Amino acid sequence: MSILVIAEHDNSHLKAVTLNTITAALTIDSDITLLVAGANCSGVGSEAAAIQGVGKVLVADNEAYGYRLAENLAPLIAELAPGYSHVLAPATTTGKNILPRAAALLDVQPISDVIAVEGADTFKRPIYAGNVIATVKSSDAIKLMTVRTTAFDAAPAEGGSGSIESFDSVYNQGNSAFDGEELAASERPELTSAKIVISGGRGLASSENFKMLERLADKLGAAIGASRAAVDAGFVSNDMQVGQTGKIVAPDLYIAVGISGAIQHLAGMKDSKIIVAINKDEEAPIFQVADYGLVADLFDVIPEMEEKL
Amino acid sequence: MKVLVAVKRVVDYNVKVRPKADGSGVELNNLKMSINPFCEIAVEEAVRLKENGIATEIVAVSIGPQQAQEQVRASLALGADKGILIKTEQGLEPLAVAKCLKAICDQENPDIVLMGKQSIDGDNNQTGQMLGALTGYPQGTFASELKVDGGKASVTREIDGGLQTVSLTLPAIVTTDLRLNEPRYASLPNIMKAKKKPMEETTPEALGVDTAPRVTLLKVEPPAERTAGMKVASVDELLDKLKNEAKVI
Repeated sequence: MSILVIAEHDNSHLKAVTLNTITAALTIDSDITLLVAGANCSGVGSEAAAIQGVGKVLVADNEAYGYRLAENLAPLIAELAPGYSHVLAPATTTGKNILPRAAALLDVQPISDVIAVEGADTFKRPIYAGNVIATVKSSDAIKLMTVRTTAFDAAPAEGGSGSIESFDSVYNQGNSAFDGEELAASERPELTSAKIVISGGRGLASSENFKMLERLADKLGAAIGASRAAVDAGFVSNDMQVGQTGKIVAPDLYIAVGISGAIQHLAGMKDSKIIVAINKDEEAPIFQVADYGLVADLFDVIPEMEEKL
Repeated sequence: MKVLVAVKRVVDYNVKVRPKADGSGVELNNLKMSINPFCEIAVEEAVRLKENGIATEIVAVSIGPQQAQEQVRASLALGADKGILIKTEQGLEPLAVAKCLKAICDQENPDIVLMGKQSIDGDNNQTGQMLGALTGYPQGTFASELKVDGGKASVTREIDGGLQTVSLTLPAIVTTDLRLNEPRYASLPNIMKAKKKPMEETTPEALGVDTAPRVTLLKVEPPAERTAGMKVASVDELLDKLKNEAKVI
């Protein structure tokens, strides 16, 4: 068996999620090839070859791959895939955009969001927003899957000595084009990859009061999330929503402030390592999943925490 | 311009599902079923395209048991013009769903296919992308904004860390994210009118689609339970625990 891993990068640097995906691949087999598809991305190829566990790096360097458009990358992956038993990509918005398109070209039913490898063809993945864990067995000749990177440790980025080859097939379908990008320039980390997340709920009572959370978040280097109730009440925009229909997060520390803990919300954060709940209603269901619960008025607690940190 | 919108019947998002006692599947008996939230956003976007004079016809399609007709009717009540139900008792995998939708695309020749980015039961997030591969149409996944003009769709996509805009040559596939719009409620007169709108029925077999599963569900189980935590009495105690016991700050 040999495994093709699709590297995630921005043409200059490899993204850390690639390292977690390598670890997932290594639980299946040790023969790992990494595909770096991009434009002017040879530096990424060198970074990739240094990852421990990577045997070979294929660099597909062409303008057509510069923005990782699925229309162009999917046929590239589909051309390479028959030489491998498995093709893995991180379950990021990039991986999820591209991998299923490649799978359909190969007539393969892909497996999304793998959280555990039980065997070469058997995997665990969350369904129903993580309320149920399914163990599934694939009968396809090639397994294409995306990996939930929070479920696997990062492979060491240094110390490997993979070979580097260029791969020259170019697919440029010409029916899609990159028009621009607006990446959040916030000093705060991104919600889905932050080590600490502070989320506010209806208890915050206003959009103004979320500023209190922002100050605390800045002290902790945390990202800010919100419950659906806070979003529906118009306190914050819905890109901050944590929950079944919003973002799924699994930080080291999740602080739920004024959040009652509806199923909808719990589904989005219950895999966090440590959960803190701050709520004045001691019956709130959030306390049933919290490692540390503080029954108190958030308007007293948050300023006190900010002051004492 | 014709818009095809795909909708799925799923367990309502407010219902907590549980594995069956024998782990063979998910307990689905007598649960409230609804239109998948992301599909509802897709229907709303299609209706807005029509209201803005861009779309002239909206076809809503669903794949599922006879009861999935309810979700097609709900789409008609929101403003779709015609419904198609692809009847199957078997739960289809995304690849088979994409093949059914490809057959409908061949029949209807839509300019835009709108669908949810994922369904909240299987959470696969695959069907739109796979339909893209099968039809050759470009894809704008996880859309938070859609503009259609001059044979092109400009799609703003929610990506990790921000937004990306792509320009797609029609026909194209757009999968919806939460921020795209806020779906309306169907009015009673529109619900009544929807009952008179045309609804076609077909099957995967009639469309020539092989629905044999590729993936076997071996078992389902609840996620690891969180161990009951403790209550702390003060901010000082909380910070002490986070620093010295959990070591997370």
